[in-house]
Amino acid sequence: MRKLLISATWFLFILIIIFPISFIVTGAFEEGWSGFIEALTRPEALHAMKISLYIVVVVTIFNVGLGILFSLELVRGNWLARWVKPVINAIIDLPFAVSPVIGGFMIILLYGPETVLGIFFASFGVDIVFALPGMILATMFVTFPFVVREVVPVLEEIGEDVEEASRTLGASKWRTFRQVTWPSIQWPVVYGAVLTIARSLGEFGAVLVVSGNIINQTQTVTTLVYQDADYFNVVGANSLALILCLISIVTLLVLDGLKRRQEVLRSEHSSEGSV
Amino acid sequence: MNIQVKDLYKNFGDFQAIKGVDFSIEEGKLVGLLGPSGGGKTSILRMLAGLEEPSSGQVILNGKVANGLTVQEREIGFVFQNYALFKHMTVFENVAYGLKVKKVDKARIKQRVEELLELMGLAQTINKYPHQLSGGQKQRVAFARALAPKPKLLLLDEPFAAIDAKVRKDLRLWLRNVISEFGITTIFVTHDQDEAIEVADELLIINSGKVEQQGTPWDIYHRPASRFVAEFLGNSNQLISPVTLKGFEILQKYQDGQEWKENSSVFIRPEWIEIRPLDVSYQKNAGETAEVTHVHFRGDAWYIELQLADLKLFTSLSINAPRYQVGDQVNLLIHKLSIFSDVGNEIAGNSLLNVSLSYHI
Repeated sequence: MRKLLISATWFLFILIIIFPISFIVTGAFEEGWSGFIEALTRPEALHAMKISLYIVVVVTIFNVGLGILFSLELVRGNWLARWVKPVINAIIDLPFAVSPVIGGFMIILLYGPETVLGIFFASFGVDIVFALPGMILATMFVTFPFVVREVVPVLEEIGEDVEEASRTLGASKWRTFRQVTWPSIQWPVVYGAVLTIARSLGEFGAVLVVSGNIINQTQTVTTLVYQDADYFNVVGANSLALILCLISIVTLLVLDGLKRRQEVLRSEHSSEGSV
Repeated sequence: MNIQVKDLYKNFGDFQAIKGVDFSIEEGKLVGLLGPSGGGKTSILRMLAGLEEPSSGQVILNGKVANGLTVQEREIGFVFQNYALFKHMTVFENVAYGLKVKKVDKARIKQRVEELLELMGLAQTINKYPHQLSGGQKQRVAFARALAPKPKLLLLDEPFAAIDAKVRKDLRLWLRNVISEFGITTIFVTHDQDEAIEVADELLIINSGKVEQQGTPWDIYHRPASRFVAEFLGNSNQLISPVTLKGFEILQKYQDGQEWKENSSVFIRPEWIEIRPLDVSYQKNAGETAEVTHVHFRGDAWYIELQLADLKLFTSLSINAPRYQVGDQVNLLIHKLSIFSDVGNEIAGNSLLNVSLSYHI
């Protein structure tokens, strides 16, 4: 029985991980090393990488900043009525529950060229939908929970009294945040940021809907892979997929390292509490 | 720092935590806020600190209304129940924090921190992190940190709650000494009456959002202003239903058939009960014959339970006094009892005792 389970596991592992990855690798190098390089340095590929990079950088910066502020208000804000907090807490998880495609449609319905908001922004010469701002919005929507979900439990765990202690010693709010709160949440924030980067890079559904997937304009690496595959450009699709794959593996390794680090910090914290 | 609190109220949503509190505290006093958990002691302390805004009423510090002042402006030191040390900073950095905020120069900071840690007996731990310290050490670091910027008022929230019993006793005396050395006005919150009586110059008994009584521990113990205080402070024998006691005819005034009149209750402190041999000659008639039903060794005293007709009473007896055994018949003399009722509270003496006694309360 045990042997059967082990071989079943191996079978699945090979079927859904090893097999596709080797397929990607062979596909990427079907025309040799030069084909691989050529696929990656095509103008549309370079442009897609640039767009992906923009999205990752902007979304990560915004979501880390907003995520920290949001978590602080959610945990510490006493202007929020007690019953509101669980509701907000549930809403934060909405992007996890809702299909990204629906998130994308939501943005089109809100900011599309024919909507009030769309016309408003267009009057300033800013297009939201089928342009970079919409793609950034869509990716932000999808990745918003990551930082908040990491930071909120830690803020709840450390409690408010260290911050209050800092205030009774005369420290301003900013100083208290920098010297007392931040050291406790910095690793959770970094962890959330890494998750955000990984997800922003791989996001497909929401971005595809919002961007219109216009080549050399609103195409990300992920949507380009989709288009290449659609056009039977096997080398192109596989080369880019391989790059995304490698980035994901590196990200996962970084995550693993951070997680271990966080666990060490947490166990220190809890052993302190039990003395 | 002089402190005055006028007509203070605090609501948390629908819950009224503080319901009209007035008191004043003189400069240099060490005051304990004593009461059961959830009675509002900590809320009062936090409002004095400015960590909580009163719903109405005034907090007056040194003659000035402090309601609008932020925590930072109040020049207070606050020691939290679980110390709230900055766990990523060393002991030195923790204690230096308030001084750095005040932009004291580095050499002065170093000098002051070292001086304080020396005083607290923490010189060895200066480069350690909080998680490397014992509970008592953490408590002293928190204390040093609060004292470092020379606050005008020191507020302590259940300062010994998280420390084990043996260390707690030493720390109490130590705290008393340190505070009197600094001469700083101090208010501490506790639910432990031994701690309050041992440490405080003055007590404020707080119950369900109100001040029940303010006074010295001695006054409060011996002249409780309300039934609650009598019940809360010290152990008392409460007479649940009316009895006739020799020398206390006054009790009939408060009796209504088989029950006490509404809102009347009667307490006898254990030290108001004297156990004497059956053949005692002095004022024998003021006492009644009772039987010893239980004797228990308490380390520093005997705990004794007695049966007087239908009434069960307890008292304690010095270990140097003659020993009694279970089943012994004794002459039981009740010196006084305290009565709380709607028409007033009184401490009634035994009417058969007409001569002043060698035993005073």
